[in-house]
Amino acid sequence: MRGTSIFKNISPYLAVFRMRFLLMLQYRTAAVAGFATQCWWGLLKVMVFAAFYRSTIAHQPINFTQVVTYTWLGQAFLVLLPWNSDPEVVAMVRTGDVSYDRLRPLDTYFFWYVRAMGWMLARVVPRAAMMFVMAGLILPLVGLGNWRLGFPTGIEAALLFAPAMFSVLLLSSAMVMLLNIAVVATMNERGSNQLMVPLVNILSGSIVPLLFFPDWIQWLLFIQPFAGLVDIPYRIYFGNLSGITAIAGVVQQLIWTAILLLIGRRLMARVMSRLEVQGG
Amino acid sequence: MNGARLYGRYVGASIRAQMQYPASFLMLTTGQFTITFVEFIGLWSLFRRFGQVDGWTIGQIAVFYGVVNISFAIADAATRGFDVFGTDFVKTGTFDRLLLRPRATALQLLGYELRVNRIGRLVQGLVVLGIGTSLSAIDWDVSKVFLLLATVAGGAALFIGILVLQATLAFWTVESLEVANILTYGGVEAAEYPLDIYSRYFRDFLIFVVPIGCVSYFPVERLLGQVDRMGAPNWMLAVSPIVGFIFLAVSLGIWQFGVRHYTSTGS
Repeated sequence: MRGTSIFKNISPYLAVFRMRFLLMLQYRTAAVAGFATQCWWGLLKVMVFAAFYRSTIAHQPINFTQVVTYTWLGQAFLVLLPWNSDPEVVAMVRTGDVSYDRLRPLDTYFFWYVRAMGWMLARVVPRAAMMFVMAGLILPLVGLGNWRLGFPTGIEAALLFAPAMFSVLLLSSAMVMLLNIAVVATMNERGSNQLMVPLVNILSGSIVPLLFFPDWIQWLLFIQPFAGLVDIPYRIYFGNLSGITAIAGVVQQLIWTAILLLIGRRLMARVMSRLEVQGG
Repeated sequence: MNGARLYGRYVGASIRAQMQYPASFLMLTTGQFTITFVEFIGLWSLFRRFGQVDGWTIGQIAVFYGVVNISFAIADAATRGFDVFGTDFVKTGTFDRLLLRPRATALQLLGYELRVNRIGRLVQGLVVLGIGTSLSAIDWDVSKVFLLLATVAGGAALFIGILVLQATLAFWTVESLEVANILTYGGVEAAEYPLDIYSRYFRDFLIFVVPIGCVSYFPVERLLGQVDRMGAPNWMLAVSPIVGFIFLAVSLGIWQFGVRHYTSTGS
């Protein structure tokens, strides 16, 4: 493994990150179309939750305002989740261009990792910005104030939310790398993506906040890796996790990131050692 | 050879082609099942916490949920040709070849591919419908079975109509626009719950503009032996699935208009 070279020269990694970020920012139509879809989904989910909350007087783990904020955050940061492998890597594997990346005097794992980070960050920034404006500012202006994306509960929540979201980027990119490695190993992206989508959907808390699942399983849901993608950062945002539990949440995210990086690098080395290059 | 037999040939060829990769077929089908079934797990966990939603029980919701998923699974399997129409037919100029054949273009596109792996969603819908009917104790008789079949058929027709409209747009935009996903996937998600829980504008949109309510909400209320909460008369609940077929017919009319308007990209 050529890992020793990583820390000698960081600039190629920064370059590939910057290049990918700027390239992906070009796709404005896709961003607007995605934003429209996410508005629809957000409103739909908010209305369903409104119906549930008005149907009961039983105590709930989080209140309606919190679940609405949770829903909009989920729509804002939707493309920050590891739904599928990096399309650029898929294309490289198809065409055989993957061999060029192997010839670079760089650590391929980290080269691809920062490339995936640039890809995800560029897609999420415009969508999240639009969503914060729409759900945070416009909804209250048109008289739908109780369906709005609320502010962080306080300075502490805001200060902890920032590193938690940054950790989402680190963690999610590490998961995308596992999917990328599966593509290199199997020459096909559909199978691994199909496996990942339901896992992410249910275990991250994207379908419903994890707190709605039975109480006896909560500790398990908190320590599994997907919780760090959605559930942990959003609960920090509205103060459901605060102080020591919030810090524990961020630490959880970082531990899983480290574990997945280690596993990913090892798998990558194994897959690359018997790499068959296609095309020509 | 008449249209139905030709379509049968198309479907046969498409199924044989997909069965050349049995492992891939199994994986994609299981994936389709799992992706949709985890949503039901989410819904179930909400009912554990809340008990009911606006008076609807989980058993009743499961019937709404199952019916619309079955309809959409059928439509989604059948409309691959329309789904990729912009990118694979207009942009590449392949549509010219379809026009040269002495057959309806819509039929040829329907025959383009039958996505067998959508059986995953279909099975999921059937399982949930089964759970729903046993929990909400529907007593099935001939008329209810007939209404269920008509509802599923009307729903499939409506979703096919939406996909036809999406493809028609590509005559002007050349690219495939995925905004229709809001109406297909988004419409399914909306119709998994009874429409009366939504606010008025949203509800009216799903009844009068894109009439998903007519092929899910109204007939399912009737299946569940309910009186409509918005005051629609009982006979209307039973005949409303026909709106799905009308929607499809209108969509095909607009499609024909698009075909006449078509100019090849020349590529």
